[in-house]
Amino acid sequence: MERSDRRLNIALGIGLAGLVLVPWYRIEAGFYGLSWLKNFPTGSAEAPGILQAFEFGRWNLALIALIFAVAIAARFLRVSALRSNLLIAAGGAGILFLVWQGLAIGYTGWSWTINETLFGPLADGQPSMGAGAGLTALALVLFFAFGLAERGVLRGDAFVVASITLLVFLVAIFVFYPVGSMFVGAFQSFDGSFDPSGFVRNIQDPSIWSLDCLVGGNRCGIAWRTFFLAVLTASGSTILGLCFALVATRTRFPFKKGLRLLTILPIITPPFVIGLALILLFGRAGVVTQQISHIFGVEPGRWLYGLTGIWIAQVLSFTPISFLVLIGVVEGVSPSMEEASQTLRADRWRTFWRISLPLMKPGLANAFLIGFIESMADFGNPLVLGGSHGVLSTEIFFAVVGSQNDPSRAAVLAIILLVFTLSAFLAQRLWLAGKSFATVTGKADSGAHIALPRSLSIGVHAIVIPWALFTLVVYGMILVGGFVRTWGLDNTLTFEHYQRAFSFAFENGAIAWTGVAWNSFWTTMEIALISAPLTAAVGLLTAYLIVRQRFFGRSVFEFALMMSFAIPGTVIGISYVMAYNLPPLEMTGTALILIACFVFRNMPVGVRGGVAAMSQLDKSLDEASLTLRATSFRTIRKVILPLLRPAIVAALVYSFVRAITSISAVIFLVSAQYNMATSYIVGLVENGEYGVAVAYSSMLIVVMIVIITGFQLLVGERRLRRENRVATAFVPAAVPQEKATP
Amino acid sequence: MNNRTGSVVFTNVKKQFGSFTAIHDLSLDIEPGTLVTLLGPSGCGKTTTLRMLAGLEHPTSGRILIGGKDVTMLPANERDVSMVFQSYALFPHMSVLENVAYGLESSGMKKSEARQRAEEGLTQVGLAGYGQRLPAELSGGQQQRVAVARALVLEPQVLLLDEPLSNLDARLRRRVRTEIRELQQRLGFTAVYVTHDQEEALAVSDRIIVMQDGVIAQQGSPRELYEAPASSFIADFIGEANVVPCEVLGNDGTEAIIRVARLEHRVPARSARPGPARIAVRPNAITLEAAEEAAFPGSIRHAAYLGDHVEYEVETEAGTLFVVDPAIDRNLAPATNVSIGFHHRGIAIINN
Ligand SMILES: Nc1ncnc2c1ncn2[C@@H]1O[C@H](COP(=O)(O)OP(=O)(O)O)[C@@H](O)[C@H]1O
Ligand SMILES: [Mg+2]
Repeated sequence: MERSDRRLNIALGIGLAGLVLVPWYRIEAGFYGLSWLKNFPTGSAEAPGILQAFEFGRWNLALIALIFAVAIAARFLRVSALRSNLLIAAGGAGILFLVWQGLAIGYTGWSWTINETLFGPLADGQPSMGAGAGLTALALVLFFAFGLAERGVLRGDAFVVASITLLVFLVAIFVFYPVGSMFVGAFQSFDGSFDPSGFVRNIQDPSIWSLDCLVGGNRCGIAWRTFFLAVLTASGSTILGLCFALVATRTRFPFKKGLRLLTILPIITPPFVIGLALILLFGRAGVVTQQISHIFGVEPGRWLYGLTGIWIAQVLSFTPISFLVLIGVVEGVSPSMEEASQTLRADRWRTFWRISLPLMKPGLANAFLIGFIESMADFGNPLVLGGSHGVLSTEIFFAVVGSQNDPSRAAVLAIILLVFTLSAFLAQRLWLAGKSFATVTGKADSGAHIALPRSLSIGVHAIVIPWALFTLVVYGMILVGGFVRTWGLDNTLTFEHYQRAFSFAFENGAIAWTGVAWNSFWTTMEIALISAPLTAAVGLLTAYLIVRQRFFGRSVFEFALMMSFAIPGTVIGISYVMAYNLPPLEMTGTALILIACFVFRNMPVGVRGGVAAMSQLDKSLDEASLTLRATSFRTIRKVILPLLRPAIVAALVYSFVRAITSISAVIFLVSAQYNMATSYIVGLVENGEYGVAVAYSSMLIVVMIVIITGFQLLVGERRLRRENRVATAFVPAAVPQEKATP
Repeated sequence: MNNRTGSVVFTNVKKQFGSFTAIHDLSLDIEPGTLVTLLGPSGCGKTTTLRMLAGLEHPTSGRILIGGKDVTMLPANERDVSMVFQSYALFPHMSVLENVAYGLESSGMKKSEARQRAEEGLTQVGLAGYGQRLPAELSGGQQQRVAVARALVLEPQVLLLDEPLSNLDARLRRRVRTEIRELQQRLGFTAVYVTHDQEEALAVSDRIIVMQDGVIAQQGSPRELYEAPASSFIADFIGEANVVPCEVLGNDGTEAIIRVARLEHRVPARSARPGPARIAVRPNAITLEAAEEAAFPGSIRHAAYLGDHVEYEVETEAGTLFVVDPAIDRNLAPATNVSIGFHHRGIAIINN
């Protein structure tokens, strides 16, 4: 049998299964519970698509079945232009119609009045799509792709065409559809009808836009406060990051290795932990506050709770990221430039100001924009420290969960936040692109970097050493904090918090997880373990397509993917809630929505790592494999993946860790059944249970350190076993760099 | 080991990259069992042609047939050809044996059988016993042979080689090209061989196809191209040549009489018509005699002693001539006036 027929058979099989073997619609009690088997196939809720169409008279599904029949007919034609055109038409039309009918027919009938006037009222609405609809959609996408492949698109490579089509389809569903729903949501009233009043009211709200802090002496609107905070955080972390980078690369500072370890911290630290540690230090009951009020007799202040506190926490959190970016930049300045400057009678001071610094400018701008985006997107620190002086991301959250419950306001705030971060992202991509003077790898250039001018060297040390110590103290707080009974009031050491969180007992020969943290801990591990391989797979596949395939719209494809990373987690969270709460897709409260969120939020990092690693692999290796009769799929499996092993490990570790530490999107999506560690900790903080919260956080950090070192050891072992030049070349690309740019 | 050797036909193949046309309307016909070279300067489209044959690029228009079957739309992994890459593209994480067995296993052969056939393939290229090494543990020449073995064990209808010698040092090149040619003649497969080195092309080919800017400039046997170049480009590209303007005085069907300056000479006719024309003169087909008076006078501008011959640049009224003179003892000094003559062989009239 020809390959083209075989793969079509598979697609047909999937589609038939979708139409005949499983329920078309979503099963309320959960598909995997298999409770639907009882009433399958005759129950009206459980019936498969084919029965829904012809038994229950759903004409919309009948049409899909008809389109499917066209594809079956095409299968039995010989490979020809007619057959490929039929497949393309059936697949394309099928998908479009499937999406249209899903959006157009809701629970109670037509979703839009225009259809009602056009086609008359519907007798019956429909629930959300389920397994059957999903499989059928997959089959239709495959028909479309295989039709294109038979036409010779992308050199007739069915695997590549199908991968691209599927990825575009998935990104559309899980990134663009929710964000689009959020935009629509801004213009809807509760019952879903068009109502711009909420949008108009909110977008003009002075509590968002007021500039009173500049002129009137009152507080500024929330948009501006968030913006100013982001600018200050970005400036602070860029300057500090530059100082760290200079110390690490241009001085004889004795603890450079230790400094570099700092860059791993932000990856393994849940985002609110810094804020938490600051509370333990400077909060009303903090150690420092208590000491000072004790010694000087001043009343403990609340200055930490507000923008100042958030700012300190953010600078602490993001300086390592900026440091990481700027190490590359500082090292990338070609030493020969500096040497040339010195031979031209410039002293070190002049060389630094006139040559080195200007050459670093694009890198500095990049670090600034990264800090800006991170600050804007940060949710954990403002949530812990902000109180009523929130920023956009927390305000969005309170607009939906709090007493306000104003989805329209949440949507408007999310749109404003999105505009800020996307502008910074666009600036980074369009304006900074191609402006870098630094050599990317820093190789090939001989010569050494000159030392810093003496005064500057003293200056950066004076900044770096205290700040590094401060960071150490903060992290020390996190580790110690879990062992102290009640901060400020009763500083006796205790295991009580750990016991409360992680106690377990042996009962009847089985372990009983009696600690309060176990539930969310295991859920977190489970979800992280499921989503990490998916994220890595999707990310690396995308990287392969971007690096190795030339297809129409490739740069747009890449750009859209990368852009999805600049969407703040809060915005993703709110848009997922708005999109997946009603038909055609209902996923809120399930594990699936958490997994989808992690996969599509963290995938761009896998893409970036994969692109970097794959660009180092000679393209003729894949081509050799193709001419040796291997399909693209086999080529990836046998040739590319083994050579990319370190990049795979990095992507796996990163997505695993991110799934554990992230909070901003997660907090919208958790449910009683699927609660994640971070949102559980935030709950503890809100109840004032700092001890347990800190204990739980340090436990997470320790778990992640163990996992990362474990993975690193595995990679190292591989390198020892085989002296493989290709492999070793990738190892430096392991974990830390991944967070370099969002 | 191969009895399925196939022909190759291109009809009106065109390939564009964006708005840039790399191949214009290429038609060619390669007989089964021959070794055909695609020769031309860098960037003329040789690799692109080869890659279209392999299925790694698809033509913008036109048709490609392999062994009489239209493969224009067929993806690379379904074509019955295999390729030796310029960089060899050996998989660095697989042993030599795994590399050679890879294609067989991809085609669905059982692992044990594939391994055995791979061993045989390695023996064919003189690498029996090297199967367990990693590619990085082989010398350049050995890697090259692994790449050939890996392609050959698939018994393709056509073997494609893209500048297979370019990563070898000069000494090894001569030996390996002889090996490849012997292998091809012994096993009788069709081979398409890309190179930009004319000497290599002359040494290994049954036929040479010279390309220039995406079109075929001339094709023929090595001897035809050398002795009867169709253009001054070919004449200069295949062995060096001095292109000299001349006057055709007459043509008796087998020989023509030409005149350069006041020197008259007989050359193979090649349907030359009386009137102004050009000849391609090989550097070693020119004789030099020290003389003040001559029918075709010249003056030595530069002389370089190269051990077994002397190279001269000679100023004449027909332009500067490049001359290779085996008479090393004579060593004419610069500014010597010479009389220029031609050997009988080594001169061809260029028709256009
Ligand atoms: N993938 C490509 N995209 C754009 N231009 C290409 C591509 N591949 C080859 N070319 C162009 O086509 C021309 C022929 O290239 P090639 O076939 O590699 O030449 P060569 O004869 O040196 O092997 C060159 O000008 C090259 O720049
Ligand atoms: Mg080439």
